[in-house]
Amino acid sequence: MAEYHFTTPLSEEDVRKLKVGDIVYVTGEHVYTARDEAHHRALEMFEKGEKPPVDFEGSVIYHVGPVAKEVNGKWMIVSAGPTTSARMDLFEDEFLRKYRARIIIGKGGMGARTLAALKEAGAVYCSFTGGCGALAAKGLKEVRAYEWQDLGMPEALWVITAEKFGPLLVTMDSHGNSMHDVVSKKVQDAKSEVYSKIGVSE
Amino acid sequence: MQVIQDTAVRLLKMAATKLPDDIEEALRAAYERETDPTAKTQFSAILENIEIARTGVPMCQDTGIIIFYVKVGSKFPFMDEIKAALEKATRIATESVPLRPNAVNPIVGGNSGDNTGVKIPWINWEIVLGDSLEVIVFPKGGGSENVCIVGMLKPGVGLTGVKKLVVDNAMNYMGKACAPNIIGVGIGGGADIAIKIAKQQLLRPLNDKHPEPEVAQIEEELMEAINSTGIGPMGLGGKTTVLGVKVDYAMRHPASLPVGVAVQCWAARHSKAIITKDLKITYVTHPLEGE
Repeated sequence: MAEYHFTTPLSEEDVRKLKVGDIVYVTGEHVYTARDEAHHRALEMFEKGEKPPVDFEGSVIYHVGPVAKEVNGKWMIVSAGPTTSARMDLFEDEFLRKYRARIIIGKGGMGARTLAALKEAGAVYCSFTGGCGALAAKGLKEVRAYEWQDLGMPEALWVITAEKFGPLLVTMDSHGNSMHDVVSKKVQDAKSEVYSKIGVSE
Repeated sequence: MQVIQDTAVRLLKMAATKLPDDIEEALRAAYERETDPTAKTQFSAILENIEIARTGVPMCQDTGIIIFYVKVGSKFPFMDEIKAALEKATRIATESVPLRPNAVNPIVGGNSGDNTGVKIPWINWEIVLGDSLEVIVFPKGGGSENVCIVGMLKPGVGLTGVKKLVVDNAMNYMGKACAPNIIGVGIGGGADIAIKIAKQQLLRPLNDKHPEPEVAQIEEELMEAINSTGIGPMGLGGKTTVLGVKVDYAMRHPASLPVGVAVQCWAARHSKAIITKDLKITYVTHPLEGE
């Protein structure tokens, strides 16, 4: 379990070092929020040969629908814990191959398709503790742009400068390992013992 | 009207930013108990988050769909003003705390922007004897709401079948509901009654045992079984999967065994106040400074 402090943009070499169980803190200007609709739009733009408002290469993509507020004409993030990443399984593998983002952040983990893409493209998935919106906001220092506002506050593309954003726990690395799969297997293995406590025999 | 409204605004703010004491204590105890390094990191983030939120920041960005539980005394003099006051308070708190606008129209789409709309905020009404008003605000996030279930079991499966439903549900959603969770179970009544009872259990203090020993034993057994799954905080492995399991029941139809299972994330936010007929306010879960 090593601890890493990275400044964006990240290289493939940076993230290939990371292993499941490592802790990461991120600083820098290449932190973008994206949920279902932002992923969808970015992929559509790629198909049409259009350029998104930011360059995703080497970036950190955060699955989050923040609470933000505008103070004196400037947006700030108030609370921004992760959303369930499984919904983005539909888009993430293609997104990683096309845009070369290096760190995906969310909660709950992602599936086999995404795990394979992380390995192929050289990226990792990190879990940020669910519900910790106030802690996350502390690391999301500045909102530089609020793009794709037509998607609404949660689904928009927020362009953020992060400062020691974390702790991010690597739960899927670029070598094909997933902590989510390991825990699922352990829970399945414990099933008959769990059942025995409530008088159920399999 | 103004007093009820102001009270509800404070309840909404306190609920979103500060956990009731018993929940916070349970999370601290869980941090001490865990030995797994991953589980430790999850609890340490949760505890740090709680500290930051205390300064007035919503602890979770998902401030839920707004639900009130209201117990109104039959002689409370301002009964007809309660609904409008709670709706107004919801709009004000959405702006001032701020809360995330979460009221979406499922038919024509679109977010109302202020957490109000058709039937929302939802108010659970109960008329009781007396002349005071009790208001609980219970903002609950979507992640934990999405794994609530109602099982219409065959009565032949008995209480073992009931327990299996609860345990299987937990092993199915793993950490998706931001574990450690609190699980409420409602047995009997009908489909609607079972889930209503289940959800009400989430408001019980964590150290509260059901007064009937048979039911208290089910609570204990379920808690022990689910904590032995190893799911752990956020489903990343560990000893603490639930902070509590609370069970209650109603009589059932001879042909039915309805079971409601309500799941609460670790951010078990709620806040309660009592307003007397003379408009004196007591904040129960989040007392004012010096009280």
